[in-house]
Amino acid sequence: MKHVIALIAAAAILARASAAVAAAAPTDPQIAHIAYTAGSLDVAAGKQALARSHDKAVRGFAEDMVRDHQAVNVKALDLVKKLHVTPEDNATSQGLTKAAQATSERLAKLSGAAFDKAYIDNEVAYHKAVNAALETTLIPSAKNAELKSLLQTGLTLFREHQMHAEQIAKGLK
Amino acid sequence: MRSRRALFFAVSAGTLLLVCPPAAAAPRTYTVVIDKMKFGPVPAQLRKGDAIIWVNRDFLRHTATATDHSFDADLPANAKVKTVLKKSGAIPFICRYHPGMRGVLRVR
Repeated sequence: MKHVIALIAAAAILARASAAVAAAAPTDPQIAHIAYTAGSLDVAAGKQALARSHDKAVRGFAEDMVRDHQAVNVKALDLVKKLHVTPEDNATSQGLTKAAQATSERLAKLSGAAFDKAYIDNEVAYHKAVNAALETTLIPSAKNAELKSLLQTGLTLFREHQMHAEQIAKGLK
Repeated sequence: MRSRRALFFAVSAGTLLLVCPPAAAAPRTYTVVIDKMKFGPVPAQLRKGDAIIWVNRDFLRHTATATDHSFDADLPANAKVKTVLKKSGAIPFICRYHPGMRGVLRVR
């Protein structure tokens, strides 16, 4: 139940970011912060899975998450440096961090098949929520063309991750 | 006499053409670019022995992997890797890390 609540919380935070756009679209420094935070949180989740899981498919997926999200974040940091943009902390980034902390604490109490299932289910929900936010809010709001392009490549990549997680979820009991 | 000699040469040349098959076309090298999570266009008219240089312009690690395992190029960000096509036929390929990235090489 707690697990469902955490997922709903993460989705709600990103949905709120989408709803808020009607009133005030996030600025590029805020978008950069949200995208970087979302990536860092998934790298941390992947590292937790690599420390706890023994399942080959789950570990392979976690390695992919660490590698890809780290690469996106390195690129994002290079870009903000080049554009002289300072990422700006905001309520969406803070909400994501808080929800991820709760998920991490819950997962830390699990092991074996229960951990694998909880991790992968969370990855499916997390990528769904992040992809929806990218599609409806972050990409349309981004002003800088290079930032927009990076977010679009990110969306293509994260859709792959979502499909991969859904495929693994089907194979887990 | 002159015409008989010319005829002899013409026939000899014709025989030689029949006996010696035309030299096989020299292998060619093509480039396929990966950018923004997509494989670019693949060359048409590929022949066995030709080579492909896979160029990864993404900041992400990819692979160009034949689903029949006839080649497997590991492509870190900004890497270039050459593979030689050792068999003919339709060869589907994917990126192992991002299997939604795919294409088919048609080799004669």
